[in-house]
Amino acid sequence: MQLTRAGFLVLLWLFVLAALRVVRSDLYAASGLRASGLPGFRRSEKSARGSKAPRQLVVTHGALTGTRISLDGRPILIGRADDSTLVLDDDFASTRHARLSMRGTDWYVEDLGSTNGTYLDRAKVTAPLRVPLGTPIRIGKTVIELRS
Amino acid sequence: MGSPVPVGEGSPGASVATSTSPGLRAPTRRGTELVMLAFAAGLVTLALILVELNQERSLSLRILYLGLAYLGLFACAHLAVRRWAPYADPAILPCVALLNGLGLVVIHRIDLALEGTVFPDGSTWDPVAFKQVIWTAIGLLLFAATLKFLSDHRTLARFGYTFGLVGLVALMLPGVLPGFIAPEINGAKIWLRIGPLSIQPGEFAKILLMVFFAAFLVSKRDLFTTAGRRFLGMDLPRARDLGPLFAAWGVTVAVMVLQKDLGSSLLFFGIVLVLLYVATERAAWVVLGLGLFTGGAIIAWKLFTHVQQRVANWQDPISRYDLIGGGYQISQSLFGLATGGIGGAGLGAGRPEMIPEANTDFITAVIGEELGFVGFAALLLIYMIFALRGLRSAIAVRDSFGKLLGGGLAFAVCFQVFIVVGGVTKLIPMTGITAPFLSYGGSSLLANYILVALLLRISAAARAPQRAPKPKPQQPAIADQHTVMVERPK
Repeated sequence: MQLTRAGFLVLLWLFVLAALRVVRSDLYAASGLRASGLPGFRRSEKSARGSKAPRQLVVTHGALTGTRISLDGRPILIGRADDSTLVLDDDFASTRHARLSMRGTDWYVEDLGSTNGTYLDRAKVTAPLRVPLGTPIRIGKTVIELRS
Repeated sequence: MGSPVPVGEGSPGASVATSTSPGLRAPTRRGTELVMLAFAAGLVTLALILVELNQERSLSLRILYLGLAYLGLFACAHLAVRRWAPYADPAILPCVALLNGLGLVVIHRIDLALEGTVFPDGSTWDPVAFKQVIWTAIGLLLFAATLKFLSDHRTLARFGYTFGLVGLVALMLPGVLPGFIAPEINGAKIWLRIGPLSIQPGEFAKILLMVFFAAFLVSKRDLFTTAGRRFLGMDLPRARDLGPLFAAWGVTVAVMVLQKDLGSSLLFFGIVLVLLYVATERAAWVVLGLGLFTGGAIIAWKLFTHVQQRVANWQDPISRYDLIGGGYQISQSLFGLATGGIGGAGLGAGRPEMIPEANTDFITAVIGEELGFVGFAALLLIYMIFALRGLRSAIAVRDSFGKLLGGGLAFAVCFQVFIVVGGVTKLIPMTGITAPFLSYGGSSLLANYILVALLLRISAAARAPQRAPKPKPQQPAIADQHTVMVERPK
């Protein structure tokens, strides 16, 4: 009787451990920020190593304040569309509002024909503009900037 | 600078998760889920065998068939998930299967203990385990139906206000209806009796109100983040933005007064506070809310005898052991836990019939007695894994509504466990609330299965690889358009 009692408890704990194992191996499978720095996903290690190269995009104002997205060379689409990299929930943003893309070692912002425009440090973005580190980009009520 | 890059190219959304390397594509992990479900069903069968052995009943192949039937039931649920939410989280459903199964075994075990008991009013004990099996089956049907008909959780946000109204009515209904349709059972007026069925609308209202609050907070988030005065390092909200918080508080107090249901009011207010906190990241809301709740609770304690009783039973159950409405129940629960000790008395070897309401509010005390601290801790860990996966899905899902709703649902289960286990172990005053998935009770089980379906839907949205956006008809920028001569028609 003692044996069955202990045996059941052991099995119960084995279930807990198995569930934790599932959880552990699942940690990296579904990351909310799809462009975040998963170890296996980082493509441009070289460019990221330069001291001045921007490594992440940070939201500094607006509803998403504090959100960070690691930059890995792929373009970043910003807007209200669900498939954007940064999905804005903002009445002043367009469905496809702006895009940040990398050319060489620099990042460029371009406006994708938004209704209310994209501003790079007060200047309205009409053609692709180079984004220096720490310069605010305003989209609707959201402000983002690149950081190293 | 080169020409603008066309919009459709690259499809930045899809490329990250899928195209880098096929090996890293998010796996559905449905196989893992099935294995874990089989493990859970095996454990439940083993628990049933142990109960039968310890109660010195004859073992037969029937038990194995029951175990297989249980596995079959959850295999159907698994197939529903496979069909309608293939990317859902693999750990949630097995945890639920184990909790529900253990609940069934313990309810059956209490049936055995109370078999043949004659109550003071002459009635005999009516076994309820079979009813609970039926409720489980109906719950899983509802679970599958929710997954089938709700292909995207965001559609819920559209019906936010409708849900809110329905939920509010459902929550208040038993409190205001006359006694013959909403009887007072064990001092709480939370049931509706329709024919032979009695339902607890508050359980469903919990989910409806959570949908409402999530939708409301997403659409009105700015309202809540507008800062008022700064005080003690917190941004206090402006006085006029406090309306919704006061409304929630009012409803809570009304539930406490009209229905004498402390547990539900605590649960409801806790959910509102957490949703507010998640939406705004302002500690001020939590502090204000807790202040309000404390104030309300103190006033309720001054005014109502049933609240005073609960508090007195909590402070010293043993000295009020013999009083009517005294500490008998909590004392028995504590005796049971003490008898269980570290390793427990063994399934089927305890004395759960000593605790009144052992199969609903105090079911965790029975588990604590028979499985001991070790088993009880495992049980709490299973709840924790469930909530953890829910919160993880909420973090990973990309729309604000899903985040709030997922976080709220996961928190609701967690908080409910805290309230009931806290009450049973005399950490907080006993408030009378069901343990999710464990306790006997149809409404609670059905509502919780809908809750699980919603969580799985959200986790499926979070884990599914992003579909490539539809190629949009490409239009060159206006500056690049050709100038065309148009002749005015004559």
